[in-house]
Amino acid sequence: MLRGLLWFSAFLTVAVLVIIVGYIFYKGFRLINFDFIFGDYSPVGHGGIWPMIVTTIYTIVISLLIATPIGILSAVYLQEYAKQGRLVRMIRFATESLTGIPSIIYGLFGAVFFVTTLKLGMSIIAASLTLTIIVLPVIIRTTEEALKTVPPAYREGSLALGTTKLQTLYKVILPSAMPGILSGIILSMGRIVGESAAIFLTAGTVAAMPDSIFSSARTLTVHSYLVTQESGDIELAAAVGIVLIVIILVLNLSATFISKKLNKADY
Amino acid sequence: MPSPLSEKQIVDIGKSNKRKYILEKFSARLFLFCALLSVISLLLIIGFVFYKGAHPFIAEGYSFIDFIFGMDWVPSEGKFGIFPMIVASIFATFGALIIGVPIGLFTAIFLAEIAPKTIAKLISPAVQLLAGIPSVLYGVFGLAIIVPFLQNNLGLAKGQSLLAVIIVLAIMMLPTIVTVAETAIRAVPKTYREGSLALGASQIGTIFKVVVPAAKSGIMAAIVLGLGRAIGETMAVILVAGNSLILPTSLTDSVRPLTTNIALEMGYAFGTHQEMLFATGIVLFSFILLLNFVLAKIGSKGGK
Amino acid sequence: MGFFRKTTIGLLVLSLAAVLTACGNNNENGKDSSNGSGGTISISGSTSVGPLAEKIADKYKEKNENVNIEVNQIGSSAGITNATSGVSEIGMSSRDLKEEEKVGLNETIVAYDGIVVVTHPTNNVKDLTMEQVKQIFTGEVTNWKQLGGDDMEIVVVSREDGSGSRDAFQEIVGYTSGELIRNSIVASGNGNIKTTVATNKHAVGFISFEYIDDTISTLKINGVEATAENVLQQKYSLSRPFLFVHKEENLSQAGQQFIDYILSPDGQAIVSEAGAIPVN
Repeated sequence: MLRGLLWFSAFLTVAVLVIIVGYIFYKGFRLINFDFIFGDYSPVGHGGIWPMIVTTIYTIVISLLIATPIGILSAVYLQEYAKQGRLVRMIRFATESLTGIPSIIYGLFGAVFFVTTLKLGMSIIAASLTLTIIVLPVIIRTTEEALKTVPPAYREGSLALGTTKLQTLYKVILPSAMPGILSGIILSMGRIVGESAAIFLTAGTVAAMPDSIFSSARTLTVHSYLVTQESGDIELAAAVGIVLIVIILVLNLSATFISKKLNKADY
Repeated sequence: MPSPLSEKQIVDIGKSNKRKYILEKFSARLFLFCALLSVISLLLIIGFVFYKGAHPFIAEGYSFIDFIFGMDWVPSEGKFGIFPMIVASIFATFGALIIGVPIGLFTAIFLAEIAPKTIAKLISPAVQLLAGIPSVLYGVFGLAIIVPFLQNNLGLAKGQSLLAVIIVLAIMMLPTIVTVAETAIRAVPKTYREGSLALGASQIGTIFKVVVPAAKSGIMAAIVLGLGRAIGETMAVILVAGNSLILPTSLTDSVRPLTTNIALEMGYAFGTHQEMLFATGIVLFSFILLLNFVLAKIGSKGGK
Repeated sequence: MGFFRKTTIGLLVLSLAAVLTACGNNNENGKDSSNGSGGTISISGSTSVGPLAEKIADKYKEKNENVNIEVNQIGSSAGITNATSGVSEIGMSSRDLKEEEKVGLNETIVAYDGIVVVTHPTNNVKDLTMEQVKQIFTGEVTNWKQLGGDDMEIVVVSREDGSGSRDAFQEIVGYTSGELIRNSIVASGNGNIKTTVATNKHAVGFISFEYIDDTISTLKINGVEATAENVLQQKYSLSRPFLFVHKEENLSQAGQQFIDYILSPDGQAIVSEAGAIPVN
C-alpha cells in the first residue's frame, strides 16, 4: 500500500509538470514564429516580444556583473579567510535571511530605495540592483559549496611551494572550484529570468525597446503577467511562457552539463 | 663566499615581499567588505521597509492594533485593517502544506529510496524544471485551468477562491520540498538501512521507521522552506485569489493574502496608503523572520 | 587552467561595454532633449488611457523617429501624483481630478470614454436601472432572480481602490468604496474584469468601452444602449473624460507636440478606432 502511495506521489509530481508545461505549449505554440520573437512590440494584435527579451537580457547581465564578483569574494572570505565566530555567524544569518525574503518585499525595498531615494526612477538599473541582492545569496552559497569540495591538499601543496594565500586562491582554488561557481551563476540567471514581483515594482511596465539602462521597461515575466491581467490574452501569456520555459530549460541543462564536463577536466 | 644576489636584488625582493603583504592585507579587507555587503543589504531592507511602514503609526496617529485586527480595508476612506488578509495568508499557506507536504515528501522518498535509477534520472530534472518555471506562469495556468475547473465541478459561483490559491501554492512548493527532503534522505548513512534490513525489517518498514526519522531535521527544513515560498508568493496568487476583502470562512471564499494586497495596490498608492502597504510588508516580513528563526533552530538541532 | 582568467577578462570587457553603452545613451538623451522636438516623453497613469496612449504613440513615432515615448500604466492616482512631482512629464487620468489634486496641473481632455456594465453572454438580464446597478454593487441585491434573471448568485467584480475607472463609476452610480459589497472579486485592470466576467456566468463588472468584444454581454442603463453616440448626446450617463495632465514647467516641446498631435484630426481618428470617443 505505502509503496503504491510513493509511486503515486512521484507520478503526481511529474503529471503536474507535464500538465502545466503541456498546457502552456498547447495554448501558446501557434503564436511562436520569427516575427513574434524578433519583432518589435505593437499594442495591436499579439505584438512582438523582442523588447522584452532585450530587457530581460539587460537585467541578467547587469545584476550578474555586480553580484558575481561580490558573491564569489564573499564566499572566499567565509570559506578561506574568516575565523569562525560572531562575525561569520552574522554574515551567514544575513545571507540565509536574504534567501528567505519574498520577492514582493524586495520589490517594496527597491521601489523606496533605488527608485525613490537614489532617484534612479522606474528603470532597468533599479530593477537590476534589486535583483543583485536577490541572487547574491545564491551565488555565495553555491560558491561556498564549490570551495568546500576543493581538496585541502591543493591548498597545502600550493602554499608549500611558497606562494602567497592570494596566489593560491587565484591560481589553484578558484580554478578548481570554477564548475560549481559557474552552475551557481547559471542558477541565478534562472532566478532573474523567473522573477516578476520585484521587477514589476522597480522597472515599471513600459512596453518598448529600452534606449538605455535608465529607461523603464518590461521583462518577459512581467509582460506575461500584464497581458493576462490587462487584456486577458492567455494565448499570448502562454506564448511568452514557452519562451521562458525554453530559456529555463536551456539554463538548467547547461548548468548540469558544465558541472559534469568541467569536473571531468579537473580531476 | 659572496652572496649570489647583489644588494640591490635583496632590496628588490624585500620590496616585492612588502608589496605582496600589502596586497594580501588589502585583499583580505576587500573580501570581508564583500561579505559584509549581504549584512548591509539586509539591514537596508529591514531599515527602509520598517521606516516606511512604521511611519503612519508613529507620526500620523494610526493605531497598530487597529491595523492588525481591523476588519476594514478602505484606503480612500482612511480605513486600514488587514486582519482578513493575515487570516487568508495563514489559511492559504497551511492549506498548501496539507496537500504539498505529503506529496512532496513521498516523491522525495521515492526518488531517494525506491525509484529505479533510470526513472529517478528522468524525474529529477523534471522537478528542477518545476522549480524553475516562473511563478507568473503558475498563475496563468491557475486562472485558465484551475479556476474554471473549480467553478464548473464544485458548482461554485466563482472559482477564484482560497481553494484555488491552496492548489496553486501546493504545486509551487512541491519542488522545494522534494529537492531538500531528497538530499536529507540521501544523507542518511547506508549502515542505518543495512542494520534495519539485517534485523529482518522490510524495505518500506526501514524507510518509514529508520530512514525518515533519521532525516527528520532535513525534512523539517524542507517543510519550513516550502512554507516560506508559499507565504511569500505573489504573482501567481494575485491571479487566482479573487482578492476580496472578507474574512475567509470557507474554502470557497475568495481571499486577499498579504502579498497580493501589496502588489495589487502598490502601483496606485501614495501617501499614507502607500505607507500602509509597507506596513503590510512588515507583517509579512515578521512571518518570514519567524520562519527563519525556526529554520535556524532546526539546523542547530540537526547539527548536534 | 586559463579558464578562470578568460572568464575574468570576459567579465571585465562586458562590464566596460555595459558602462559605455549606459554612458553613451545617457549623452544621447541629454543632447536629444536639449534640441527640443526629440527626446523621451515619459507618460504614466491610468490603465484605461494607457492602451490608447500606446496606440497613438506608436503612430506618432512612425512620423517622428527621434522621439521616444514611455507609457507606464500604473493607475490614474499614481499618474496624477507623478505629474505633480515631476517624475513623469505627463500623467494620464481616467477620471476628473479631485480638488486637492488640481494644484498647479494643466488638464487636457484627449478623449471621452464610456463605462459599460458587462455580464456573461448567457445572462438574460440585459437592461438595468442606475438604482439597480447601485443595489448590485452595494450588495442589496444578491441574486439575479431579483432582477428578472435566473435564480443564481450575483458575483460582483470591481476594480481596485485607486483605479480611475472605479472612482468614476462609483461617483456616477452613487456609492462609496466603503459601501462596495465585501466579497466582490477585485481585479486589477479592465482586461482582468473582462476575462473574469467572460468565464463566469454569475458575474457582473464594469469596463471601458475600448475593451468591449463579443466574449461579454453589455447592458443597457435605464434603457439606453452603451454606444459612443449616446454618450455624445448625453443620453448614456456612465461616461468620463480621458485626461492628460502636466505641469507647465515640466512639459517639453516634444510633449506639447505630442498632445497637439492627439488633438489633431489624425490623432482623434486613432481615438475612435480604439473604441474611445473623440473630443469634438
